[in-house]
Amino acid sequence: MNTKKHTISVYAKNNFNALSRIVGLFSGRGFDIDSISFGQGQERGMARITITTHGDEQIIEQITKQLHKVVDVLKVQDLTYEPFVERELALVKVNAPKASRSEIMQIANVFRAKIIDISPDHMTVEVTGSEDKVTAALGMLKQFGIVEVARTGTVALKREFQGKT
Amino acid sequence: MTTSEAATIEKQKSKTARGYQETKGNGNHVTPQRLTGAEIFVRTLEDVGVEKVFGYPGGAVLPIYDHLYQNAKFEHILVRHEQGGTHAADGYARATGKPGVVLVTSGPGGTNTVTGIATANMDSIPMVVFTGQVPSGMIGNDAFQEADIIGITRPITKHSYLVKDVNELENVIREAFHIAVSGRPGPVVVDLPKDMVNSTGVYRGSGKVKIPGYKPVTRGHHSQIAKAAKMLSEAKRPLIYAGGGVNLGDASKELTALAEKTNIPVTTTLMGLGGFPEGKPQALGMLGMHGTWYSNMAITECDVLLAVGARFDDRVTGRLDGFSQKSKKIHIDIDPSCISKNVEVEVPIVGNVKEVLPELTHMVGRPDTDEWWAIIEQWKEEHPLHIPHSDSEITPQYMIEKISEVTNGNALMVADVGQHQMWLAQHYKFNHPRSMLSSGGLGTMGYGFPAAMGAAVGCPDRNVVCVTGDGGFQMTAFELATAVQYRIPVKIAIMNNGYLGMVRQWQELFYEKRYSHTDLQAANPDFVKLAESYGAAGFRAKTPAEMEKVLEQAMEINDRPVVMDFHVVKEENCYPMVPAGAALNEMVEGDK
Repeated sequence: MNTKKHTISVYAKNNFNALSRIVGLFSGRGFDIDSISFGQGQERGMARITITTHGDEQIIEQITKQLHKVVDVLKVQDLTYEPFVERELALVKVNAPKASRSEIMQIANVFRAKIIDISPDHMTVEVTGSEDKVTAALGMLKQFGIVEVARTGTVALKREFQGKT
Repeated sequence: MTTSEAATIEKQKSKTARGYQETKGNGNHVTPQRLTGAEIFVRTLEDVGVEKVFGYPGGAVLPIYDHLYQNAKFEHILVRHEQGGTHAADGYARATGKPGVVLVTSGPGGTNTVTGIATANMDSIPMVVFTGQVPSGMIGNDAFQEADIIGITRPITKHSYLVKDVNELENVIREAFHIAVSGRPGPVVVDLPKDMVNSTGVYRGSGKVKIPGYKPVTRGHHSQIAKAAKMLSEAKRPLIYAGGGVNLGDASKELTALAEKTNIPVTTTLMGLGGFPEGKPQALGMLGMHGTWYSNMAITECDVLLAVGARFDDRVTGRLDGFSQKSKKIHIDIDPSCISKNVEVEVPIVGNVKEVLPELTHMVGRPDTDEWWAIIEQWKEEHPLHIPHSDSEITPQYMIEKISEVTNGNALMVADVGQHQMWLAQHYKFNHPRSMLSSGGLGTMGYGFPAAMGAAVGCPDRNVVCVTGDGGFQMTAFELATAVQYRIPVKIAIMNNGYLGMVRQWQELFYEKRYSHTDLQAANPDFVKLAESYGAAGFRAKTPAEMEKVLEQAMEINDRPVVMDFHVVKEENCYPMVPAGAALNEMVEGDK
């Protein structure tokens, strides 16, 4: 079976029932959610939900079809088949005794991450980028001892201008 | 026939094809008015054309019931359990094509509807269930008779609403009916907090439903239909596999026209029975786990398979890697998610079968099927459905054959779930659509009798016969009180073998006859006395001759339900049977 990562963007009404139905159809039908992010959409009362999932073609086709069936869902796009931009944000709180601070800051620099909080024992790093980049940054920070992580999950939009070849 | 029944038939004639009125107000309310939620509820139900509501009162819906007391133009039927109410509304919807309507209270009232809603959802039955709810301010406080019915029913409904603003109530009700009947139909739950029905809000009396993003496709793609027509015209061994969509989409005539023009054999699923008349030469009867030998062989051997409003359910396909491997497949369905879900198809056509079939019939040519028919005729001759006869005992197959004969294949048949359901599907000669109601997807025991009651309420001019088992009937037998109260003349034929027959059959075949908890003989009630205690008619028959006499007597009774307790051969098995996990052509025929 050829499973592949898919990023699916759902434009739906901004209410509990819509969100519960969307999440519920994944659990009820045995589909996986790797990450999900939910926030207000461009119009009042609407929400943009970005879901990353994986599966073979038949499973992904079922996922998009089932999402379409939810009455409160207006639009479903599987971004995987077109150029798209994606970002994830993670806040990573690491152990940061004096001796480690400069190394943590160097690593943060490489990932274009920011230090947004500091205390005598800890630093909190904000990493933004693709899911892969965030995962890589976390991997590098692991050596210092990660105390807590908060990740937003991927948000994504279709890329409009694709340039000329 | 009572005057209200006569009025009902009159009203039915003026109905729109989709069974409810979308934009119609009652004519008098051009300017918006302020009414209580309970009044808005009743008015809007009248506006959308509701004629019957199956319900059960309770604390949270008292304001609505108070308003129903004198004012409603629709009839409220007091069931004896909310499950019976949902099955009755479901039977009403399947028989009439109009949405079934249920009204219950909060908490247990709502939770008791769950089985009926799930049953309707699996079989795509249009239904709107109104549940009372504790007042908005108390939601989440574990209040008396509070249950999160929207949460509980979310996975088994097409859509649901919790009304949070009484000014939205009218629109929500109109949307609920629109969603229930359009596209692939299904149940919708509307949860009504008590303060919503008590407070005052705006009622407009009209309004077109507009739901952004909800636009079910009805017309099929022209080039796909052309491709399908070409494939069918050139086929050597074509087969039509017709499902419940033919009944739900009222496309029986359109399907018959296609089959007659092309002379392609037609096999129907349990849900599709009646959608193609069994009297036609193209009819092969039901396929699947207990389908006819020749349909299962035909679907295994065909080269082009046209699936019409069917969903390749596991009870139909058997083991998937052995299912119709030699065919190219065309699938017409209104729900895109049904296409290529279990079985990959070459030509998907998303659309309403009633609109797609005539277009296909117009384009298709008549394939040369003489050789194919010769093979099928030989299968039919060598492997007919077997009906054992006896002078001393009633065989279940003969019981169905006799009912088919007595009713001329014209009755509105309702099955419960189990062996009797399969025998009914095999041996009754269905000639009309919407004439075999059965819980196909969920397989709900206890469905049959209340569904038959609902069907009879919706079709007072039809002869409604429920075939049930001694097990299934006892699950909802208390609805006899409802049927007696409203003089609903349902004929209930109990195939009484003293067992949970289908489970017993599996125990016999696959568990070395260890009949674990399937024997009901120790405490089956006297069904005749049970019927009589409710004021229904009761008969018993133990021999074929007695049964024939009872059937004659029963058909004469038209003012109350009739219970016929038919003692049949106890350990008869239902064949052919495709064992679980086997392919369709590996079916077992049993002894002859």
